[in-house]
Amino acid sequence: MSYYDPKDLRKFGNITDWSEELGTKFFDYYGKVFEEGALSAREKSLIALAVAHTEMCPYCIDAYTKDGLQRGITKEEMMEAVHVGAAIKSGASLVHGVMMMNKVNKLDG
Amino acid sequence: MTKLKTQSLHKRESELAKANKQVEYLSNGIFADGELPTFAKKIKETSQFPLKPKKLEILQINVGYMCNQVCEHCHVDAGPDRKEIMTRETMTQCLEVIKNTGAHTLDLTGGAPEMNPDFRWFVEEASKAGIKDFIVRSNLTIIVANKKYHDLPEFFKKHNVHVVSSMPHWTKGKTDKQRGDGVFDASIEALKMLNDVGYGKPGSDLKLDLVYNPSGAFLPGDQEGLEKDFKKVLSEEFDIQFHNLFAITNLPISRFLDYLIASDNYEDYMYSLVEAFNPSAVSNVMCTNTLSVSWDGWLYDCDFNQMLELKVASKVKHISEYNEAILNDRNIIISQHCYGCTAGAGSSCQGAVA
Repeated sequence: MSYYDPKDLRKFGNITDWSEELGTKFFDYYGKVFEEGALSAREKSLIALAVAHTEMCPYCIDAYTKDGLQRGITKEEMMEAVHVGAAIKSGASLVHGVMMMNKVNKLDG
Repeated sequence: MTKLKTQSLHKRESELAKANKQVEYLSNGIFADGELPTFAKKIKETSQFPLKPKKLEILQINVGYMCNQVCEHCHVDAGPDRKEIMTRETMTQCLEVIKNTGAHTLDLTGGAPEMNPDFRWFVEEASKAGIKDFIVRSNLTIIVANKKYHDLPEFFKKHNVHVVSSMPHWTKGKTDKQRGDGVFDASIEALKMLNDVGYGKPGSDLKLDLVYNPSGAFLPGDQEGLEKDFKKVLSEEFDIQFHNLFAITNLPISRFLDYLIASDNYEDYMYSLVEAFNPSAVSNVMCTNTLSVSWDGWLYDCDFNQMLELKVASKVKHISEYNEAILNDRNIIISQHCYGCTAGAGSSCQGAVA
């Protein structure tokens, strides 16, 4: 049994039960963020999918995979978005290699 | 050459081929134990129960369940092995009704309606009745399936038929997965043939609309956004034009119900439908302005109720005893599958309703 239960995603809205004001403000904000704007709702869905993976959030991955399918986004587009997230995540690790190089150069250069 | 995906539930002698088993399944489990509200309970909350018809606008006639395709999610369980076909006698009864109805739209569906041997005769006769909008739901591939169907675009044009065709996605992979190998290529070829005689062109009176229904266990997205994407790809990659895209939700009946259960998606899908319930879609749901006639002349609130064998709750139940005033006074029969027509922007044979 995992700590994560897929059915818990259905209960996300219940967050407002214990703090209605903050919960409602969050969901209003969330809804507004994903509306069509300078970016299309479709583009936002792909960004959300990429971030869902870098955050390794199972609920978000379920939600934005389904959202993408509903929007007609193809699996190839979804996988490319996931790679964008993965590339930034691995790049973020690798770019710290410069710090290591700086330190080596300082200590042993 | 298109390759059939599977056989109908009827041919496979599946339990779910029986309408009463489907209705039973939809009433049990999460709906029986109160985990989710039944559709009746839900529309009682918004004082929309019982659901009553408004003015009749659309007469939808199913001329038979025979089809050249066996699509994965077909709510009719249609296929080449289905032998239920409307006879000329029943068609004659329908024609009497068509001549006198107050409905402005006549909508022929199937199966592949073109496979009924009396299809052309029926279209010729019905087109004389002066109905404003005469729809034929064509699966496209039938046009290229056999030489005898190649002239269908010209035939449709001659009778000013409004062609409405299914197209689950603009990619070959997703379309063929749902509808069978080769369906995408055949559909593209048929669309080109329709375009060639003038269908689907901007400003053309020869109406060509496409129907999108999701290829899996998820709801359709925004109809307008999907139409934009379909138009862009079909125009840029295939030089194909069409007028409108109707986004239709897959209802949890027949082969789609079988698929949901087999893929362990049934509960999640029903949750999605209930969560997306939109009370304003209820007042415009298609059963409030449509009557559905089966191949053997029985009357239903919609094509879905027809497949579930839920006849109209009226003393008039058959086309032979048709009486619009009496029929309009009925209560519409509902069950949990109705959530499919009230989710999000709503869904009908004419697409979104809210």
